[in-house]
Amino acid sequence: MATFQEQERSEYAWPSAKDRQIIGQRTTRIDGIYKTTGEAKYSSDLNPADLLHGRLLTSPYAHARITKINVDAAKKSKGVQGVYLFADAAVGSEIRWQGRELVAVAADTPEQAEDAIAAIEVEYEVLEHWVDEADVEGARAAGRANENEAQTAGDVDAGFAQADKIIEGHYGIPTITHCCWETHGSTCVWDGRSLTAYLSTQNVSGTPGQFTNGLTMKDVDIESTEVVCQYEGGGFGSKFAADTWGIAAAYLAHEAGRPVKLMLSRATELQVAGNRPSGYAEVKIGIKNDGKMVAWDSVHWGTSGVGGGGVSTGVTPYIFTPENTRRQQISISTNTGGARAWRAPNHPQGCALTQTAMEDAAAALGMDPIAFFKKNLDIVDRAQHPDAATVYAKELDIAADLIGWDQRWHPRGQGGGGAVKQGLGIALHSWGGGAHPSSCMLKIRPDGGVETYLGSQDIGTGTKTIIAMAIGETLGLPADAIKVNVGRSSYPVSGGSGGSTTVGGVSGSNRKAAVEARKELFAKVAPRLNASADQLEARNGEIRVQGTDRKLDWKQATGLLGVQPIEVMQTHRGDEPGLTARGVGGVQIADVSVDTETGIVRMNKYVAVQDVGTIIDLLTAESQVHGAVIMGIAFALTEEQIMDNATGRFINSDMVNYKLPRLGDIGEIIVHMIQPEDGEVGRAEHDRGVVGLGEPPVISPGAAISNAVANAIGVRVPTLPLTPDRVLAALEKGGDA
Amino acid sequence: MRDQEKHRPQDGGFSRRNFLKGSSALAAATAINDRSAQADNNASTAPVYGPEARQVTLKINGKKQTVEVEPRVSLLSALRDHLDITGAKDACDSQQVCGSCTVMIDGKAQYACGILAVQAEGKEIQTVEGLGGPQPDPVCQAFVQHDAMQCGYCTPGFTVAVRALLNKNPDATLDEVQKGLGGNICRCGTYVGVTASALDVAKGGA
Repeated sequence: MATFQEQERSEYAWPSAKDRQIIGQRTTRIDGIYKTTGEAKYSSDLNPADLLHGRLLTSPYAHARITKINVDAAKKSKGVQGVYLFADAAVGSEIRWQGRELVAVAADTPEQAEDAIAAIEVEYEVLEHWVDEADVEGARAAGRANENEAQTAGDVDAGFAQADKIIEGHYGIPTITHCCWETHGSTCVWDGRSLTAYLSTQNVSGTPGQFTNGLTMKDVDIESTEVVCQYEGGGFGSKFAADTWGIAAAYLAHEAGRPVKLMLSRATELQVAGNRPSGYAEVKIGIKNDGKMVAWDSVHWGTSGVGGGGVSTGVTPYIFTPENTRRQQISISTNTGGARAWRAPNHPQGCALTQTAMEDAAAALGMDPIAFFKKNLDIVDRAQHPDAATVYAKELDIAADLIGWDQRWHPRGQGGGGAVKQGLGIALHSWGGGAHPSSCMLKIRPDGGVETYLGSQDIGTGTKTIIAMAIGETLGLPADAIKVNVGRSSYPVSGGSGGSTTVGGVSGSNRKAAVEARKELFAKVAPRLNASADQLEARNGEIRVQGTDRKLDWKQATGLLGVQPIEVMQTHRGDEPGLTARGVGGVQIADVSVDTETGIVRMNKYVAVQDVGTIIDLLTAESQVHGAVIMGIAFALTEEQIMDNATGRFINSDMVNYKLPRLGDIGEIIVHMIQPEDGEVGRAEHDRGVVGLGEPPVISPGAAISNAVANAIGVRVPTLPLTPDRVLAALEKGGDA
Repeated sequence: MRDQEKHRPQDGGFSRRNFLKGSSALAAATAINDRSAQADNNASTAPVYGPEARQVTLKINGKKQTVEVEPRVSLLSALRDHLDITGAKDACDSQQVCGSCTVMIDGKAQYACGILAVQAEGKEIQTVEGLGGPQPDPVCQAFVQHDAMQCGYCTPGFTVAVRALLNKNPDATLDEVQKGLGGNICRCGTYVGVTASALDVAKGGA
């Protein structure tokens, strides 16, 4: 059946499925106990001696000009040790979104800092704003719409002419925020001309220069910055920068000669510290009676903030691309905080805007959507993964089996006779996730200790644990025997944690370093075992001559090193077959119940089938998928940035009104990771090498859940999240919604 | 939006008044609820605190600790900012909605941001640091086994909430776990592991 691409394997490739020792198993996090007991110290937890507490004053207006600003009273306020003016804190400055940072203060206690902020006088001339991301006509009239040129491929008109049916629909996915549980910020400590920034970041190696340069531009005499982050309370793509408030904290600490902690408030976090661009689309699809898509025409609009932006046409349509396509995008400039990379940039929106339309097309034909998607697998995107179609076909079968598709699926609108209707919905996704550049230094000490150092970070994905497993696999040691040192920029440079590139990067560099260190150890040990180095293997805490009883245990072996440890520096730059790779797919199916009287959608069951190359830690890999699905349930059902057109304010920028699902809201979630046991596809996946996983499983839930709701109630609820009011409105509008 | 609302209990009247009347928990609670008329009724009999800092003695994890804080300071801020006990986190700006600061007060799970430090005097406060003995609490161990964490910022609040739930209801069912832990939010999506952990320990009868 499948024709998997044969490639020459890297000399550092992972062992075959039958030879692996610990990778692929469920391994608990090496730092898990510190998180559960509260011992783990985050940037926001640090209380160095003489710490000052920072607070911000931000703009309440979406669009305004500052006519007066006076910080004299704040400077004199009790306990205040420093006041910092951001670039916009000046008469005449134009404020272009709510939450724009203006003034930072540092005081002896948090309360004193708050009092000082309250003492600042600012007057504004309020200007006209535009915050509506969905109203494209209004935006045009207000001069806020930028019509980008349509991109075409094939002959769109001819494509529609040959179609048996043309389906049209409207779809929407609003802006959501990253909503990191630990807000953005840092604790900054100086020692002479050297700054240590304990920054909540997903970019340890990439942020020191931002501090040093930013402070130099403020005329601070600075020699160097070290960024430290041992634990980070969530980033999701929004924590790559020092940020203006990081510079402010460092500046205030420098001026006061005391450490400063400055974390954003929840409101400011939601307003300015990152969001995911919105998309609203008009979609037209030409299909043949057998389900083949032959033509696509879409125009979508949305915003990334003041600069316009929005969702790329690269994801409209998503994954399935008919031969004849026209896609257009309109950027709307809104007076809202700027977008940042949000987990799988563009993909969740593209999936929600277009695989919904495709499911509508299947429904219009009365076709089972699984059959519909299978029918179109020949036009699936293969750029990331040449065997994508084969993998998707396998995943569709596994997912259908796990959800009980044959028993639970019914044609659209036949979700039961009562008020509560049940339905199934499906979506597919794709992501790259190749390795980022990563360097590490690995040491094997004569006493048997093994340590690695790299300027990476564990943002909660389990990075430290998979590093330990990668080394342990190579040296024949358990993961908890490896000391993993990350989270300091003085360690070897390793990439930021974005785009699902970390697991490949750090497992690549550490695998290479461990292989090289193992070679050196084998060379030392071989004479003692009367063997040549290439006859040795490291397994189960022993160095053994393969196929014999001649062996040394690990400590005996490392004892032969003398006084000097083995020290190996390695860099992984770009994927190598069998070690790290790129390109994954995934299929997800939602089973929901919708109460047609209240509009409430309940999750019954959710199946996520995910291929991800070689899996290092099955436990944390499954956690990534569970978490992604739950985050997806959030943006499918509850979560959105709500802007008030009258005042220009983000009116739910707090955790009372920015709704996230709770523990009882998620239903049953079944995760199936493709593994060697899954036949030829599984073995081929394992042999590809490690691919990143943070992004892909968060892509499909919006479309899958929307499709399930449509299947249940017989009409499309066009815009996410599928809140009761939207569900009821769609039901009221009826079948032509 | 002023950033100053951080760390301040939800209290419209309180911030305007800038002082607190009444020493009993009840009087303080009425002030928090902005029922200022009631608070005023107590004015003749109750001492007046603030705005200056005063010494507050808190019994935390069995140990008495004295801290000098203004009456407006929440228990959460007293723990985190004044006593360097940082397991409890503030993820919702002390709006009493996210549960990341969950502690046990006299054995009952409560948001540490929802009570003033002065109100907590005389009460038994147990934070995540106080769970377990020489070995970590079985709840914490179960969280590790079931990988009930990602970034980990909400995790200490969850472990305390699970411990409090199981103390009260050692045989909690799935339905009871879902309802009992509804006061805690996780952004990374660790609910599957949390649920498995709670049920695991419940079955073990720990």
